[in-house]
Amino acid sequence: MSAVNHTKRHTTSEFDLPELSVQEKIIDSFKRNWQIYLMLAPMVVYFLVFAYRPMLGLVIAFKDFSLFKGIWGSPWVGLEHFHTLFEDPFFWRAVKNTVIISGFSLLFAFPAPIILALMFNEIRHQGFKRLAQTIAYLPHFISIVIVAGIVVNFFAPSGIVNIILTKLGMAEPTYFLTKPEWFRSIFIGSNIWKEAGFESIIYLAAITGVSPSLYESAKVDGATRFQMMYLITLPCILPTILIMLIIRIGNLLEVSFEYVILLYQPATYETADVITTWIYRQGLQNSNYDVATAAGVFNAVVAFALVITANQISKRLSKTSLW
Amino acid sequence: MRTSIDLYSNGDKVFGWAVTILLGLFVASTLYPFVYVLATSISSGAAVARGDVILTPKEITFDAFTYVMADKQFWIAYGNTFFYTIVGTLTSLAVIIPGAYALSRPQLPFRSSFNLFVAFTLWFQAGMIPVFLNIRDLGLLDTRTAIIVAFAVNAFNAILMRNFFENVPRSFEEAARMDGANDFQILWRVYVPLSKPAIITVALFCAVLRWNGYFWAMVILRDQDKLPLQVYLKEIIVELNMSDEFATDLLSASYSFETTIAAIIVLSIIPVIIVYPYIQKYFQKGVMLGGVKE
Repeated sequence: MSAVNHTKRHTTSEFDLPELSVQEKIIDSFKRNWQIYLMLAPMVVYFLVFAYRPMLGLVIAFKDFSLFKGIWGSPWVGLEHFHTLFEDPFFWRAVKNTVIISGFSLLFAFPAPIILALMFNEIRHQGFKRLAQTIAYLPHFISIVIVAGIVVNFFAPSGIVNIILTKLGMAEPTYFLTKPEWFRSIFIGSNIWKEAGFESIIYLAAITGVSPSLYESAKVDGATRFQMMYLITLPCILPTILIMLIIRIGNLLEVSFEYVILLYQPATYETADVITTWIYRQGLQNSNYDVATAAGVFNAVVAFALVITANQISKRLSKTSLW
Repeated sequence: MRTSIDLYSNGDKVFGWAVTILLGLFVASTLYPFVYVLATSISSGAAVARGDVILTPKEITFDAFTYVMADKQFWIAYGNTFFYTIVGTLTSLAVIIPGAYALSRPQLPFRSSFNLFVAFTLWFQAGMIPVFLNIRDLGLLDTRTAIIVAFAVNAFNAILMRNFFENVPRSFEEAARMDGANDFQILWRVYVPLSKPAIITVALFCAVLRWNGYFWAMVILRDQDKLPLQVYLKEIIVELNMSDEFATDLLSASYSFETTIAAIIVLSIIPVIIVYPYIQKYFQKGVMLGGVKE
């Protein structure tokens, strides 16, 4: 009944439309939908003021910006800041570090939740499984500041890591967080500790979608559990893995700078300084707003291109695209 | 599965045990830092300094907790975090729920443009410096308003909410309209009650971001009395800055720098541990629905 009425009303209004002028059409549409517009308004205003308005601020990448003259009063300098940027070895070091940290994360942190999900799936004891999952998800909810605090504490010269190493016969305590060669391992390792469990949820969801009949027939054929995991479960969740991989590649430049800022120090900049932390120091600590913004533009453009490329690849490969 | 257990070969049994042991190790290493911090927080400073505390507390004392809890600044920061989390999450919901409902309505004119308008910010953001200058230009530096309002909506949560609303059968809306309900009534009386789990999920995502957020609070806020717990924690447990007064106090006490830090960590994790069991089922659902389709 309601459906019929709805269609009728819809048809009538469509009939009316051609007789109205554009102006009247807009007024008419507004009259019918003003409540919906009103609901949408706060969100649109929010995005305009806090997401799109800052985008206008990107022009200072092409200006000699001073806080007193403001964004629009500052004179244009063309691509000068980009020249400065591209000639700065420290900027390139940050680009290099970003790529290296991302690359190693992809290598070690990306497979971790997949392996974890596969292992959860093999646990037959439901109580242990639930307990293990509950504990594994927990670190995700601990703030990054506390995680950094724990890491600083553990890896300090008097920290538990050194205590244990000394008990195992190591002579000198190492101050790990001042050693550039240790930064990446500590950073990626603690990230795995924090996020691998939580990220396994998505793969576990994919595993629940695998048809039990596949396992049944494999069992009849005498397959071992390892074979079933390797030859049934893994291929079945491959599309999910692929989507997550694409998202990861799209965000390749997004090293969690909030965490880097907490863990790095001048002694480890050599391996720890990434693009966003470089921007943070240049822009917010040294007030070189314009050069820092130029680096931000570089970062955003490359990131945007990566997302688009990743999505295209995904369309080709698996007919699954992100949008 | 019960019937199949006896069908397992020896190899399968070994495999099962290997997985159980590996996973047990993973769980233990996930849990260990928490256990260690807890043990440290209730051990004496001297025992920790000697390296005696590895798994269990030694020379148990609660002095570190007493010491931290006497610090006024700690409670101010704690209170601020509760304020930012609760008011911030409510603000986010107040914007996201009606907005997402509007975006989910087929009758919304220019619907796809509005959706693109929101989704575009997922893939392209102005970045740190322009966002900072924007907040500065708006005169919001060092204000609680900036923390609450400037980070109220992220496109991901808005799209998640919209997807939930889209999945509610339209017949609900039409039936309510027949009864003479307007859009506000339809949203409030029909869609909100129907989408309660979804709203809790989104609220949870917002709250976690609020509770854990430190970066923008650190950059925007100057006034000590406005700082959230995370910024307070950063100064003490990461940068290891304590006031001189604090440091001299420590010399003669049964608690030390290490045990005090551990106590601070324990105190700031407690609310998360308390809420965690209740929220678990919601975030599991939320993550599964999180594969954002634009």
